[in-house]
Amino acid sequence: MSKSTTGSAARSSASSGRVKTIDIVNKGLKSRYRKEKRFRVYGLLSIIASAVFLAFLLSSIVFNGYSAFLQTYIKLDVPVKTGMINEQNPRRSDFQGIIKAAIRDYFPDVTERKDTRELYSIFSSGAAFQLREKVLKNPPEGDTTISLWVPADDDVDMLMKGHMKRDVPESERRLSDKQLRWIEKLETDKRIEKRFNTTFFTAGDSREPELAGIWGAVKGSFYTMIVTLVLSFPIGIAAAVYLEEFAPKNIATDFIEVNINNLAAVPSIVFGLLGLAVFLNFFGMPRSTPLVGGIVLMLMTLPTIIIASRAALKAVPPSIREAALGVGSSKLQVITGHVLPLALPGMLTGTIIGMAQALGETAPLLMIGMVAFIVDIPGGFTDPAAVMPVQIYLWADSPERAFVERTSAAIMVLLAFLVSMNAVAVIMRKRFERRW
Amino acid sequence: MQMTAGEKEAREVAAKSDTNREIFLPPERQRVKDGGKPHVSAKNFSIFYGDFEAVKKVNADILSKYVTAIIGPSGCGKSTFLRAINRMNDLIPSCYTTGTIMFDGEDIYGRFTDEVQLRKKIGMVFQKPNPFPKSIFDNIAYGPRLHGVNDKKTLEEIVEKSLLKAALWDEVKDRLDRNALGLSGGQQQRLCVARTLAVEPEILLLDEPTSALDPKATAKIEDLIEELRGSYTILIVTHNMQQASRVSDYTMFYYEGDLVEYAPTKQLFTNPRDQVTEDYITGRFS
Ligand SMILES: Nc1ncnc2c1ncn2[C@@H]1O[C@H](COP(=O)(O)OP(=O)(O)O)[C@@H](O)[C@H]1O
Ligand SMILES: [Mg+2]
Repeated sequence: MSKSTTGSAARSSASSGRVKTIDIVNKGLKSRYRKEKRFRVYGLLSIIASAVFLAFLLSSIVFNGYSAFLQTYIKLDVPVKTGMINEQNPRRSDFQGIIKAAIRDYFPDVTERKDTRELYSIFSSGAAFQLREKVLKNPPEGDTTISLWVPADDDVDMLMKGHMKRDVPESERRLSDKQLRWIEKLETDKRIEKRFNTTFFTAGDSREPELAGIWGAVKGSFYTMIVTLVLSFPIGIAAAVYLEEFAPKNIATDFIEVNINNLAAVPSIVFGLLGLAVFLNFFGMPRSTPLVGGIVLMLMTLPTIIIASRAALKAVPPSIREAALGVGSSKLQVITGHVLPLALPGMLTGTIIGMAQALGETAPLLMIGMVAFIVDIPGGFTDPAAVMPVQIYLWADSPERAFVERTSAAIMVLLAFLVSMNAVAVIMRKRFERRW
Repeated sequence: MQMTAGEKEAREVAAKSDTNREIFLPPERQRVKDGGKPHVSAKNFSIFYGDFEAVKKVNADILSKYVTAIIGPSGCGKSTFLRAINRMNDLIPSCYTTGTIMFDGEDIYGRFTDEVQLRKKIGMVFQKPNPFPKSIFDNIAYGPRLHGVNDKKTLEEIVEKSLLKAALWDEVKDRLDRNALGLSGGQQQRLCVARTLAVEPEILLLDEPTSALDPKATAKIEDLIEELRGSYTILIVTHNMQQASRVSDYTMFYYEGDLVEYAPTKQLFTNPRDQVTEDYITGRFS
């Protein structure tokens, strides 16, 4: 634009001889600055808009989810008498019964069958497990009383966190008037309080929100990512080095290049279908496992890693290659001694970004059965497992109010992982970056 | 090389002022002991990029231990010819050669010639200083290590000797473990010379070694070439005719791929045989 204006200006000044070129340039300059200013304002506006959206998203997640890091616990004094614990096999004692007896002890005036059932239900079924663990760890001798902070039921938890209103008609809330009265008694006795929710960070999934945790999914994601990394990093780098440094330039390599670029844009669920058909049905690998999940995600991240690595290799200045060749390096020595070290930060960055992508991926994993409800924390690559985004998906799908906050909390955990992975990528780039 | 428009213009003006001088008076040159044998000989040697013949049927002997300058307008094939001597053009897939070019009686493009061994004997320094992003010591020791020298003592000797030859020793002897990229442009270029000398080549190819340097650094490189004359066969590409007249014993003038004139420098600059050569050195075109 501006070029043509100055061009015509030069011509007209040559013909008339009176109009000074500099005046026309100055006139054009004004509109040029104006344009530049307008352009900058547009850019700024779009950045502000995205920042607002991001802030809104993050704050709504944090606002919804922060309360999941706390959980309501109730203090229960559990009298344990000789005979209550099975002598031969303590594991098989009736811990549920012991807890129930303790609850009845604390509320002696509740006698009717219907009422006791309602009473029990303000405690989580996890109370019995907690007692069991404690007893198995150090078996009591003689008659004692074990003091326990046991988790409250999720409805009580919601009440305590203010997600459920007390001053509405009984039919409009999930706790009865009686249950409210018992809770008030616990409150006056200072036996009910919100504490840090360790369960959320140490447990696997559960049907009971107060017993559900993210740890199983974190470990599942960890094993899956290990498989993905171990497979995709060497394969991706080797492919990139071959294509960039050794492959002859012909139709075959052009074809491969086009395909790699296209694969990067293939919807991820397609990789899941491929995994289902090839790894599960054809090779008969165990379904729902990090092994298969990792392989499927490897297929998905490979194009990203290859493309980023090739870009990193291309960015190594040819002068370095010439310098190394000039003193008598062989081609392989140039690559291993100079090109790879210089390209490595870029390759690592690409890999981490690919891994971060894979970490947040759900669709392909749905196809290979990683949506199953899995309570056990996976202990290896071939144990059934869920991964974090799938866990989020499952919780988001659950009707209980308490799972809503857990969904947001799980998203926060996932985001924390993603942000730290990206931070590692940035640090690595800064650390290994070299000037030339 | 990235240049701003201003830089480009300044350079063009500088080049003009050089070439506007009608007469270059190359200094008298002493004969070199044991020199003057054909070290590299080209016979009907052509270089192609695909269909394009960048260097056409060159016949020339480059004489040992003397400094030969290659001059000519930009794009005439100077670099292409220089890079053919140590097979640097092998990096360009479309590049191939016809005719023969011999080094010490051995065909450079022969079937059994190992280009890695060849490049050890024919070292090269490039237009833009390109030290490795390593320490000064490791830069120089890189070549010897590559060729099997691992003894620390020997390496230290080689590094010192090479840096002394490249007239850089005094400036860097206290900071050999510093990154070479911290040196100035001129020091980096001398480091590159030292790095090449460390593998004890017989021929030194310099492709516009001073075009990225300021006048002071340029003078140092020219002094260095003068120092090395008589010990190595040196080929230097330059677009600066004063430089060619100052440092070289023989000069090749290329024009559009043809080797138009090849003569002792003094003769070429004072009494060119060819009209194109005369037009070029008197600055009628550049
Ligand atoms: N890699 C290449 N591919 C194709 N043509 C090239 C390549 N390098 C140089 N050329 C062409 O060969 C000719 C000689 O180039 P070069 O030897 O670099 O010239 P100069 O004398 O300036 O050093 C030029 O016309 C240039 O365009
Ligand atoms: Mg050149």
